[in-house]
Amino acid sequence: MTSIEDKLFLNRFRVDATPHLKVLDPQVCVRECREQPCLNFCPARVYTIGENGKINVAHEGCLECGSCRIGCPHMNIEWRFPRGGYGVRHKFG
Amino acid sequence: MPEQCEVAVVGAGPAGISAACVLADHGVDVVVFERGEFPGAKNISGGVLYGHDLAAIIPDFADRGCPIERNIVESRLWYISDDGGYSLGYRDRIFGESRRNNVFTVGRARFDRWFAGQAAEKGALVVCSTVVTDLLKDSSGRVCGVRTDRDDGDVEARVVLLADGINSPLAAQTGFRPEPEPDHVALAVKEIIELSEKTISERFNVAPEDGVTIEILGSATRGMNGVAALYTNRKSLSLVIGGSLKDFMRQGLKPYELIDDLKAHPMIASLIRGGEPREYMAHWLPEGGYNQVPRLFGDGFLIAGDSGMLFNALHREGSNMAMISGKLAAETILKAIHRNDYSSKTLAAYQEALNHSFIMKDLKKYRRFPGFLEKHRQEIFGVFPALSGMAAREMLTVDGMDKKKKQSRIWRSIRKKMTIAGLIRIVFDAWRSVK
Repeated sequence: MTSIEDKLFLNRFRVDATPHLKVLDPQVCVRECREQPCLNFCPARVYTIGENGKINVAHEGCLECGSCRIGCPHMNIEWRFPRGGYGVRHKFG
Repeated sequence: MPEQCEVAVVGAGPAGISAACVLADHGVDVVVFERGEFPGAKNISGGVLYGHDLAAIIPDFADRGCPIERNIVESRLWYISDDGGYSLGYRDRIFGESRRNNVFTVGRARFDRWFAGQAAEKGALVVCSTVVTDLLKDSSGRVCGVRTDRDDGDVEARVVLLADGINSPLAAQTGFRPEPEPDHVALAVKEIIELSEKTISERFNVAPEDGVTIEILGSATRGMNGVAALYTNRKSLSLVIGGSLKDFMRQGLKPYELIDDLKAHPMIASLIRGGEPREYMAHWLPEGGYNQVPRLFGDGFLIAGDSGMLFNALHREGSNMAMISGKLAAETILKAIHRNDYSSKTLAAYQEALNHSFIMKDLKKYRRFPGFLEKHRQEIFGVFPALSGMAAREMLTVDGMDKKKKQSRIWRSIRKKMTIAGLIRIVFDAWRSVK
């Protein structure tokens, strides 16, 4: 068994300092989102619970599947592709 | 980067590159925009590709250094419970001889790069590390080029082919394809597990260049509408598991835990034993089928491949539909160039061509299949795997009990979970969804 951190460590990323993912209104996650499904379905565990119940976003390990963009019950995630050449870079694919 | 071209293609995957090959063959000035550092850098599939369709673009692909991992000589289907499972397979010598390379595995990082190289050799320009962020439109709303994330990044084109895959914020943003609903995509994760070439050949009982595909249904997806697969590459195995994004949301399952559970399944564990994980990826599969295919053309643009939801979930066919839809789109563009008319009137020929091809015929044939899986997902991915496993386990255990008694015990257990009417209903719905 490997942890998700171990799995992501296998990959090559060219990390852009500017995040390509953003929680639009952090308070929506805290106050209105009971299910918070992003904590579970994100295959890279980009989203975790931080201080005061806020959602932390670790965009560095994003696998660019797009699930959070359409899976957020409150459409509270701004999602664009990383800039050209940045982000995950498959070795085998 | 040029300021203008005849045809702009968004995405250097199988659809976009196939189109670029056909267009460049006819001397058309075509530019392909790829957001990855190289073609394939962002791409992933289970790993199966189809020679018949690739040959429609590159007839002598095998002689041109196409990075084939293994030629598939045997296809297996497993229906698994938590502790075991049924296995059905078919192997045929013809797949190693006259139909060699009809089905083979690839790693998309290498394959797409090679494929794009073929297009470049024919004269297409492939521009990497470039995201298309918007489409340019003239005053009448006709698409007339692309906007990229480069400085001075606008490129004018007579026609634009959108081949940017299933996860396409561009399609959603421009309104040409609505954003998919969570039940119209499957979220899949994939691990590459490295093993020696010899070990793989021995474990799968194949010659060094030959391989096996295993499609896995059952309890692995924990009741979600989904599928898993294990494919042989030359020096690695591809392990994939995915389920409807809606089911992931409903059930709170974590994809990386799901794939780890699968690795521990007794039928998988022995095949991957001693292997080193090398890469972990995630991607969507278009699962909506025929009813979710958008209008694939308009004034100045066409849509091909995954971006147009062209995917046959039942037969794990997607990359072939991408290649052929890319080819048909390119042939329509050639007609448009000849007529110097890029309006939807001329481009509608693309939809006609798709309708007459296996693509729309197959999608139409299986149009009820996504609904069937959704309706009966709890039985197919939960109740049945457990019951069928129990039945086989009891019948195969030799313990002095007579077979008639065993049968009636099994039947009683089944009846506790299912009504006969319910069983008949599922069989009827299954037949209807694929007939």
